[in-house]
Amino acid sequence: MQLTLWTYEGPPHVGAMRIVTAMRGMHYVLHAPQGDTYADLLFTMIERRSARPPVTYTTFQARDLGGDTAELFKDAARNAYETFAPQAMIVGASCTGELIQDDPAGLARALDLPIPVIPLELPSYQKKENWGAAETFYRIVRSLTKPVTDRQSSSTPSCNILGPCALGFRHRDDLYEIKALLAECGIAVNVVAPEGATPADITRLGDADFNIVLYPEIAQPAAEWLKKNCGQPFTTTIPIGVNATRAFIKEICALAGVTPPADDMNARLPWYSRSVDSTYLTGKRVFIFGDATHALALARVARDEIGYTVCGLGTYTREFAREVRAEASAHGIEALISDDYLAIEAAIAAAQPELVLGTQMERHIAKRLGIPCAVISAPVHVQDFPARRSPVMGFEGANVLFDTLVHPLMMGLEEHLLGLFRDDFEFHDEAAPSHLGAKKAAAPMAQPANEDWSPEAEKELKKIPFFVRGKARRNTESFARERGLFPISVETLYDAKAHFGR
Amino acid sequence: MNAHAPIPNPNCEKPVLRERGQHEVFCGLTGIVWLHRKIQDAFFLIVGSRTCAHLMQSAAGVMIFAEPRFATAIIEERDLAGMADMHDELDRVVTQLLARRPDIKMLFLVGSCPSEVIKLDLSRAAERLSQRTLPRTRVLAYSGSGIETTFTQGEDACLAALVPLMPADQDSSLLVVGTLADIIEDQFRSLFQAIGIDRVTFLPPRRAGELPGIGPKTQILLAQPFLGDTLKALEARGATRIDAPFPLGAEGSELWFRAAAKAFGIDHQKVTAAIAAPLERARLALSRHRERLTGKRIFFFPDSQLEIPLARFLSRELGMVPVEVGTPYLHRQVHAADLALLPDTQISEGQDVDRQLARCRAAKPDLTVCGLGLANPLEAEGLATKWSIELVFSPIHGFEQAGDLAELFARPLARAEKLRV
Ligand code: SF4
Ligand code: SF4
Repeated sequence: MQLTLWTYEGPPHVGAMRIVTAMRGMHYVLHAPQGDTYADLLFTMIERRSARPPVTYTTFQARDLGGDTAELFKDAARNAYETFAPQAMIVGASCTGELIQDDPAGLARALDLPIPVIPLELPSYQKKENWGAAETFYRIVRSLTKPVTDRQSSSTPSCNILGPCALGFRHRDDLYEIKALLAECGIAVNVVAPEGATPADITRLGDADFNIVLYPEIAQPAAEWLKKNCGQPFTTTIPIGVNATRAFIKEICALAGVTPPADDMNARLPWYSRSVDSTYLTGKRVFIFGDATHALALARVARDEIGYTVCGLGTYTREFAREVRAEASAHGIEALISDDYLAIEAAIAAAQPELVLGTQMERHIAKRLGIPCAVISAPVHVQDFPARRSPVMGFEGANVLFDTLVHPLMMGLEEHLLGLFRDDFEFHDEAAPSHLGAKKAAAPMAQPANEDWSPEAEKELKKIPFFVRGKARRNTESFARERGLFPISVETLYDAKAHFGR
Repeated sequence: MNAHAPIPNPNCEKPVLRERGQHEVFCGLTGIVWLHRKIQDAFFLIVGSRTCAHLMQSAAGVMIFAEPRFATAIIEERDLAGMADMHDELDRVVTQLLARRPDIKMLFLVGSCPSEVIKLDLSRAAERLSQRTLPRTRVLAYSGSGIETTFTQGEDACLAALVPLMPADQDSSLLVVGTLADIIEDQFRSLFQAIGIDRVTFLPPRRAGELPGIGPKTQILLAQPFLGDTLKALEARGATRIDAPFPLGAEGSELWFRAAAKAFGIDHQKVTAAIAAPLERARLALSRHRERLTGKRIFFFPDSQLEIPLARFLSRELGMVPVEVGTPYLHRQVHAADLALLPDTQISEGQDVDRQLARCRAAKPDLTVCGLGLANPLEAEGLATKWSIELVFSPIHGFEQAGDLAELFARPLARAEKLRV
């Protein structure tokens, strides 16, 4: 048993839902109790999809147990076929369905429906959402795609884009960017899957020359199967950030046998980063946590393209722990591989970053600790499915990332200026920075034991930007403690600053 | 408006459409979202799966700001395979939890579908753990599983688990049962005082140590309709139920208070005087929404068991026309007074969501009350909706909230009128 407050990933059948919900003409019959229908709201409320997920739940009850839950499943599958007329169906069980061992695969086979029915085995007590999504996509591809033995080289090179699905972080907008990029390179798109694909589309995945794996968490197993059975190589570069996008273009052009375009198109990040007013970003300490794909990419972008120092890096995706560990050691830190919310909160508090890049969970942690934060990975909330286009991939994605990574610190700076002009008649202690709306920001940093600080030093401390103030306070106090310099004077404050100065 | 409590006709057999198909409703675990806010020193530990944890997170997403007073002990493969003894594991998790939260006075082990299916005996575990953790913390168990409970029935199971702990009380008192926002509780308490009922207690209490007393002279007034099992347990301890419609709207609240007063032998005029001002305020507040709502057709998907009292309120006090009133479970006795007042309409119990959606589309109601999974898809089809979950999460009971309750239904219509996109 594992004590869990908040989870980064749902159960594996929610991963399966992310695949079918993204597709068209596919239906999922899930052997599950009524409460599991909550998962619909993830798609209709958080992602604002305008249709119900194509999922039929059997919603068996206690009184059905030991009786006819198997019959219930068969009825549900038959009704789903008649009502929704899908081209193909997947069948499986949720955690409770798994325990009652009704064998959805066998029951569905017995129905002898005139469409492909793909059984799923998703071990709910071992695996999680992303694994479930990847496994489902792999099973669908493996069941429906026609293998290719003698690959002809086509006149126009083409590829499939694999990975975008429902509830993904900015998948919709990334896809738009990548399609534009491919058009620029003169590479045709054969099929995008799972997003928008029908079972019929899946059968012709083999027609493409190669595969683009946008999200390895979702598409890696399917891409490996396609490599083996259709002879299609797949990409390994994730085009997040300017450097990675350049490398990605090189990679796809080599796979397609075309000449890469000459320039960086609309990349503004390099100039924005080099322009003088970005100087203050240098060496800002950033803590990064998310799924492996986004955490890895953001660590590189933060260091190489913005000039930050990565002081923490972690992921909840255990499947890619090795890659994240390697990247962390390149930053001289140790990776945090965990999905324990409290452990991650403690790690962030200990690292004392000036900026947190994470999921909605880290956004809440950062808020509590009073540290600026941006969301860069699933799981996310409704506000992270913006109406406007807001990719993180490709050159426009890099532009978006520049804004995303810099904006929260600029807001911090605004607060700092407000502090400096504290005595100005238009500014006062109760005024909040405009980005926080009318309410004054909560001050979550520990309040001082007043005897430890002289009033002058206390006043001086307040001039330090809030997002480093806590650290300055702690450093100064430990400096003073070691030397017995209480109460802390302005002098001691600056001595400590010099002592700890980077 | 009729100032006398209606006489419910026990033979009133309104036709009910019973359906058994896919249900699109939360399970009883969801009740933890409001129960943990109400009982401020209680902790709810779900013994379940990752799905249960994920459900709680999705239903309570906005509360993530704090370290919540609920969590899930997620059953893992090794527990099922017998590699770890589940009771040992549970002991370990509870010890870990209580070490972190010494402020917790009452710990609920909440059963889920997986724990029920594998027959993990949580009541026994609770007794065993209590011996270790008392007097500081009492451990109790109830089930919020989706195979046994629908949404609000989780609260029923939780409160029923509290009944055996309620101290015996030989004196006459009024016990109001069902979670209410603190502010409403305070309003009710002072109104009862004005009416002349002095000994009023509430279940659940705000603190674990403040369980109300119970005995043969306790009279029960249900504040929520979904508490059938709790009611049974309370009656088994000698208490009697006062029959009344639920305190939703001006009329509903008036009849509710009057029923209580009558049971305590209090003079009609005294009640009239005590509730005159709030009743007048409620009527005034309702009148503001009547024009927008009157004649509008409303369709209820089953959700909280509040549907019948709500339909009664909306039709009688605001002139709305219920097309179908779906309820997950119809407790005839508890709903008798509301049913008697409800105009003729299609009542449905249970659910077959695809069929019900077809009926809803065919009926083209002006407003559809449904769960979060259905709301946006129906809006996309051009049907205005009201999320039923808001009716459980917001304070809607009593005179002072009558206007707010009406506003919850008026708002989606007002918005639809306003938007030009
Ligand atoms: S329906 Fe059962 S398995 Fe699903 S969340 Fe509720 S208790 Fe857990
Ligand atoms: S918690 Fe956020 S995303 Fe979830 S339902 Fe509420 S507002 Fe929507």
